Amino acid sequence: MFTAETLQKFDREVAKYPADQKQSAVMACLALAQEEKGWLPAEAIEAVAHYLGMPPMAAMEVATFYNMYDLKPVGKYKLTVCTNLPCALSGGYHAAEYLKQKLGIEMGETTPDGRFTLREGECMGACGDAPVMLVNNRSMCSFMLPEQIDKLLEELK
Amino acid sequence: MAILGAINPVLMAGLDGDNSWQLKDYVARGGYEMLKKILAENIPQEQVIAEVKASVLRGRGGAGFPTGLKWSFMPRSFPGDKYVVCNTDEGEPGTFKDRDLIRYNPHAVIEGMAIAAYAMGATRGYNYIHGEVWEMYKRFEAALDEARAAGFIGQNILGSGFSFELFAHHGYGAYICGEETALLESIEGKKGQPRFKPPFPASFGLYGKPTTINNTETFASIPFILKMGGESFLNLGKPNNGGTKLFSVSGHVNRPGNYEIPMGTPFSELLQMCGGMRGGRKLKAVIPGGSSSPVLPGDVMMDCTMDYDSISKAGSMLGSGAVIVMDESTCMVKSLERLSFFYYEESCGQCTPCREGTNWLYKVVHRIENGLGRPDDLDLLSSVTTNIMGRTICALGDAASMPVQSFIKHFRDEFAHHIEHKTCLVPKDVQWAGSGFHKVAS
Repeated sequence: MFTAETLQKFDREVAKYPADQKQSAVMACLALAQEEKGWLPAEAIEAVAHYLGMPPMAAMEVATFYNMYDLKPVGKYKLTVCTNLPCALSGGYHAAEYLKQKLGIEMGETTPDGRFTLREGECMGACGDAPVMLVNNRSMCSFMLPEQIDKLLEELK
Repeated sequence: MAILGAINPVLMAGLDGDNSWQLKDYVARGGYEMLKKILAENIPQEQVIAEVKASVLRGRGGAGFPTGLKWSFMPRSFPGDKYVVCNTDEGEPGTFKDRDLIRYNPHAVIEGMAIAAYAMGATRGYNYIHGEVWEMYKRFEAALDEARAAGFIGQNILGSGFSFELFAHHGYGAYICGEETALLESIEGKKGQPRFKPPFPASFGLYGKPTTINNTETFASIPFILKMGGESFLNLGKPNNGGTKLFSVSGHVNRPGNYEIPMGTPFSELLQMCGGMRGGRKLKAVIPGGSSSPVLPGDVMMDCTMDYDSISKAGSMLGSGAVIVMDESTCMVKSLERLSFFYYEESCGQCTPCREGTNWLYKVVHRIENGLGRPDDLDLLSSVTTNIMGRTICALGDAASMPVQSFIKHFRDEFAHHIEHKTCLVPKDVQWAGSGFHKVAS
């Protein structure tokens, strides 16, 4: 199910917790599984659960509770835009509108070429850098005014 | 730079942006000296806690509970595992100080946690870091590797016989995990749903063991407090409001960012440090302590000083020190609509009054914003909030209710106008201009 490299990363996470508390690594392992697969199919969640010796349903509960896990396929680049109030005061809402217009899709949709998925995000804890966007859950982009958004979309081929 | 402005900085003193987060830089600034001293001189645990109490350091995550007192609740002599946990799950809209702490001064957090573990007899710790700030999670892991290699954490630290293992745990998108018992559930690999209290974490915490949870800024303050002495730290601020604090300023100011200033600094001075209001527009309102704290009208805020007591007297809360500044281009109905959506989206669903109530709050504010408000909607909102507050396991229900109550209390006319005229008092193009985002040609 997973590459040797991913399994090695699983073990590194498991080692952070007491020997009888392997389940504690489930959030990290699901994130790693998503990193490898691009999203989290049910089989991947089940495989993580087996790896950690926990009921698959308990791993599914975690995967559905936290909103950075993707339970459906997403585009090559998932762009999550914060539109919460502090960001909105500095253009977060308008950045989201601009992206929708540029990509021709609504929030939650993926472009027909499979390149971009657009998401509306909740507070990312970076309000001073507004407007902010997160690319593929990993890379935080700050001060995303139209020119910066244009540039980013150009870079993400 | 790490911070955009400061008066007598403590936590952020001597930093050079992204260039000085590493162990060698922290040590050059005098870092890990207190940990070394405590271990070398075998300073009694009670003495460390007494010094923290003397500083009147109050929890920097939002509740403002005295840290020294919290530490004294831990059963130090209880045999078996005990934990210290750092709460870097910073997701309260408006708050972004812990991100900069982890980014620019991660070793201060590590040293603070190690000292806390020593004082409370804990042997393991976790730092729970907000999933969205992934780069800072990686930064903290790198700092942990450095500290481990240098022998500041791990087994038999500096040959003292004291051992403390510390690890980073990342979140993955759930505001509720900033609530301390939800955070513990999350570390245990479960949904982040808050626990009933009591029992409190000091007696039944992580894996059922005694646990103390503090905010990132709280832990980072510890080495500095012990170095300068509790009383000196207290005197940086004002009585009952010890020390300096990081304030995250967002919204309609010229230079949003983090500012470290002494407790008790006038808000007007902080606003000046931020370069004043964007475009020279007039201050309309301020949310002084993160989205959950009640909004205050601009003129009330201009008379406040930045400390727990002054803000509380004005009818709000200092919270996490997240100052959201709004000018006259802001529509208060639209602002509340967005905040209400946030609490609806982030309610964990465990308690009925919160799960159903936050949905009602959002739906009703949404219809007012969209010209479908009804004459009795403001009474309805008020009734929903009173039926949520005090009826839930954790504070999220109250946090969702307080913005609704305070927005309506201070800006009732604006809500009434929306309902009566089905339109906003603030024209849309003025709202666009206020955000500073170039208007897009459609």
